[in-house]
Amino acid sequence: MSSLRRSAANHLVTTLAILSTVVVLVPLVAILGYLLYKGASSLNLAFFTHVPAPVGQQGGGMANAIVGSGVILGLASLLGIPVGIGAGVYLAEYGQGRLLGKVIRFTADVLNGVPSIVMGMAAYALIVAKQQHFSAFAGGVALAIMMVPTITRTTEEMLATVPHAVREAALGLGIPKWRTVISVSLRTASPGIITGCMLAFARVAGETAPLLFTAFGNQFWSFNLNQPIAALPLQIFVYAVSPYDEWHRLAWAGALVLIAMIMISVTLVRIFANRGALKGGH
Amino acid sequence: MGVDIHVENLNAWYGQTHTLKDINLQIPANHATALIGPSGCGKSTFVRCLNRMHETNPIARAEGTVRIGDIDIYKDASPVEIRRRIGMVFQRPNPFPTMSIYDNVASGLKLNGFRNKRVLDEVVERSLKSAALWDEVKDDLKKKSGASISGGQQQRLCIARALAVDPEVLLMDEPASALDPVSTAKIEDLIFELKSQYTIVIVTHNMQQAARVAENTGFFLTGTLVEFGKTHKIFTNPSDKRTEDYITGRFG
Repeated sequence: MSSLRRSAANHLVTTLAILSTVVVLVPLVAILGYLLYKGASSLNLAFFTHVPAPVGQQGGGMANAIVGSGVILGLASLLGIPVGIGAGVYLAEYGQGRLLGKVIRFTADVLNGVPSIVMGMAAYALIVAKQQHFSAFAGGVALAIMMVPTITRTTEEMLATVPHAVREAALGLGIPKWRTVISVSLRTASPGIITGCMLAFARVAGETAPLLFTAFGNQFWSFNLNQPIAALPLQIFVYAVSPYDEWHRLAWAGALVLIAMIMISVTLVRIFANRGALKGGH
Repeated sequence: MGVDIHVENLNAWYGQTHTLKDINLQIPANHATALIGPSGCGKSTFVRCLNRMHETNPIARAEGTVRIGDIDIYKDASPVEIRRRIGMVFQRPNPFPTMSIYDNVASGLKLNGFRNKRVLDEVVERSLKSAALWDEVKDDLKKKSGASISGGQQQRLCIARALAVDPEVLLMDEPASALDPVSTAKIEDLIFELKSQYTIVIVTHNMQQAARVAENTGFFLTGTLVEFGKTHKIFTNPSDKRTEDYITGRFG
């Protein structure tokens, strides 16, 4: 009797788990499939090589927005990843029980919940308003600020999983603490930290709101960090709310390219990070 | 070559707890010295005070004099310098999991900025041979992670890693307590080999082990050093009643 109940309960829980997985996966697959269906037909070489065509003309592409997104995200990563990892290292290795540590941890958690439009406003107030013009730089800073809390908290949590015995081994060899942190703790925790950076990157890559009044968008080529620059999410936003069918199709294609870019960059980082892995390591 | 260790009036505290009380001890060079006693008696704290590893715990502090060779470790040098001269092997094998076997052994030199590849190759080979591990790992030096070999091999890897920085003293905190009997025997053989070149201090719960590897033995109880002397005498004719009770298994 009790074994019957146990096996019934087991089946019930397994079924529930499978059902929840399906519930989560269906919309995800549906979105990707619909995106492919709508976007793929509008993708052509011109999409990757041309700037947007003037209103009323056919054709044109989003080459400048693709490159612009790359520039803004590159800048955001360059600023956000070192600051995020640095703060995480402080929290895990130096700030235990200290007031500054508690303040940073609290700030990071609050920052994580701040709506992205507010980040855009902050960057607007700090940079755009001071400089009196929109710029790629301001967009990069807005996204960098968004990346920092995720990276900081992941770095801290991943460093906390490094066994104390491993740190002791390094200190016991007469290796200074800073060197132990860099070459032993961070290195041991690196797979998790890289995952955290990738999550933060993927999250901000699709952000539109923080770029609206920082990077602003641009219909033409620009490589100047001090000038407004095009970005895929912005371009998709503008095209999607426009009244033209041609632009709607381009917006679908843009969304598809954006997702593909995120997936490719995350995969590339994974492959690159795993290349030096040893047999039997972590 | 090994050096003598002189300990005078050593006291240690963890927070409010007085864990070591007025320890006075002379540990001779190029011998193995065993420290025995029940759990929590202060023997691990004692060896940690010998290379200032206790300082990695923010609530720990120590007072007194510890002279290793001709240096007073609390006055004459930084903890980092001390730990390069006084190697340590811990209870659980703790190789660096992200490093190859080679890099584990070379880590003490490499992470202190030493880059000469030819010398590193020599040091790695010599240290692994000293730790009786060379023949088992020589084909996978740079391919396998330090965490991928067996527990007993990992502990010998940790010994090789400690030897690679050429210390004068080797502290071993229950180095075989997490290992099977065969691996334990290999570690004991190794201690026997190594003591001609290093001063070895070994903490152990296993009294047979103390009897097998060490010339001198100290018995710790509740933070005091009850008795210290020739291992043979401690185990056959102890002068203190408490030592006798412990080794005959009446408590602890």
